[in-house]
Amino acid sequence: MKFRRYPTQDHPLSRIALSLIAIGVVTLFLVLPLATVFTEALRKGLGVAWEALDDPDARAAVRLTLITAAIAVPLNAVFGVAASWAIAKFDFKGKQFLTTLIDLPFSISPVVSGLIYVLIFGLQGWFGESLREANVKIIFAVPGIVLATIFITFPFVARELIPLMEDQGRDEEEAATSLGASGWDTFMRVTLPNIRWGLLYGVLLCNARAMGEFGAVSVVSGHIRGLTNTMPLHVEVLYNDYQFVGAFAVASLLALLALVTLVLKSLLEWRFADDIAATHRH
Amino acid sequence: MSAAGFRFRNPSALPGFGLSLGFTVFYLSVIVLIPIAALIVRPWEIGFSGFWNVISDPRVLAALRLSFGGAAIAAVINAVTGPIVAWVLVRYNFPGKRLLDALIDLPFALPTAVAGIALSQLYSANGWVGEPLSHLGIRIAYTPIGVIIALTFIGLPFVVRTLQPVLNDLSRDPEEAAATLGANRWQTITRVVLPSLMPALLTGATLAFARAVGEYGSVIFIAGNLPTVSEIAPLLIVIKLEQYDYAGAAAIGVVMLAASFAVILALNLLQNWIGKRR
Repeated sequence: MKFRRYPTQDHPLSRIALSLIAIGVVTLFLVLPLATVFTEALRKGLGVAWEALDDPDARAAVRLTLITAAIAVPLNAVFGVAASWAIAKFDFKGKQFLTTLIDLPFSISPVVSGLIYVLIFGLQGWFGESLREANVKIIFAVPGIVLATIFITFPFVARELIPLMEDQGRDEEEAATSLGASGWDTFMRVTLPNIRWGLLYGVLLCNARAMGEFGAVSVVSGHIRGLTNTMPLHVEVLYNDYQFVGAFAVASLLALLALVTLVLKSLLEWRFADDIAATHRH
Repeated sequence: MSAAGFRFRNPSALPGFGLSLGFTVFYLSVIVLIPIAALIVRPWEIGFSGFWNVISDPRVLAALRLSFGGAAIAAVINAVTGPIVAWVLVRYNFPGKRLLDALIDLPFALPTAVAGIALSQLYSANGWVGEPLSHLGIRIAYTPIGVIIALTFIGLPFVVRTLQPVLNDLSRDPEEAAATLGANRWQTITRVVLPSLMPALLTGATLAFARAVGEYGSVIFIAGNLPTVSEIAPLLIVIKLEQYDYAGAAAIGVVMLAASFAVILALNLLQNWIGKRR
């Protein structure tokens, strides 16, 4: 028996033990919480769950979540393309530092991310007084929610595109411009086709986070039902109100969004592995 | 920054440098840098003694201890389970492996509030896991253990995803050599494989720690939020803001921000160290 096993293979018993531990960890921490969301939502049947989703406040929350993502994601996508163009296609001092700064929002607590905008636009913030006189509301209103979401999802597209465009180099673009193509044409016809799957990948992750962000948005929202509640905040309000079926019904919508995101992400990684930085990073 | 300064030392033959870098720096400053500066200057309006009074309050100290201590314990748990999961995913083949692999990213994709209420329900006294444990007299939800569970959940993918590519690229030659020279499998794993995984493992655990220190959404539902017992630092910021104590909130925020900077520095040092080892 012992001779049959290749020297770099684990003993069959340890294979089984390690596999069981891995499956156990994934089940306990990932599968069971996910299953809980859907079971609790359907605890009193599909009808009750649907009622919770058909509620005007829930609809308003869905609408606000969609609006927020529709503003934050394109802005950060444009930024990501601009930043990666500057960083990957040119040499300049402080490039590494700039990349670190772009990644900064990932390292900061969501609550702190919301806090910084309250300190600027809140009632006792830098511009609090003048905003009040001008009758402009940013904190406890939609603009604050959008700002906090932009901050939280700031690096997603850039950090996917920077390594991808660095790997691709500049030869193709330089060839295009030396043959007389304008900068815009070079970008649209050479660069964009090269980065489209990476861009889509970054946008996908950016969107999932934008729709699901809780901590940062919670700080700036004020939790006004029907007005400043995004879907995750609506989940919190319902849960704290002991409306568990409603809370889990809205939560299951968000969980579905997460599952769709994971499926698309795996699909992109599998189908276009060479065109996505995340899958060929060493 | 204008392109003018760079023009006589043209950084590349391509156009659009001034525009793209200009927009990048402008957007970065407006969205990220200026707001962070607003946080850093804010607490000092109450002076250093005021800052110190906020931070040395027993309730704040307890919350900071729980956020940092809990994050450290969760990172250690993930540093043990993460390599096992990564090892199984890279080295073994079994049905459903793809699904298992895709699921690892769930904590990245699932909104934290959803994870929070799900974990809270799962580990409460009438949940699937909490109920059997409650018969043994173990309570998880609404205790510091619940906090650690949530922080472990949120950190798992960081360790697994950092280890996986390294394990994939790992040559099997040293393992074969060790086996040829008479090492048993356990010796090969602990003396040959693990040392080469160490940098990635440290990086992954640091990332998991960084994420857990500031984590809010997945924790507050399961924590029970008892002051000085199961109250995390980010929640205390929220509470202070609700009382319009901006300076107090900013003081705790500055401590959390300093921790973020320390982690970034540690990761950069780690990266340099890995670079030198190559």
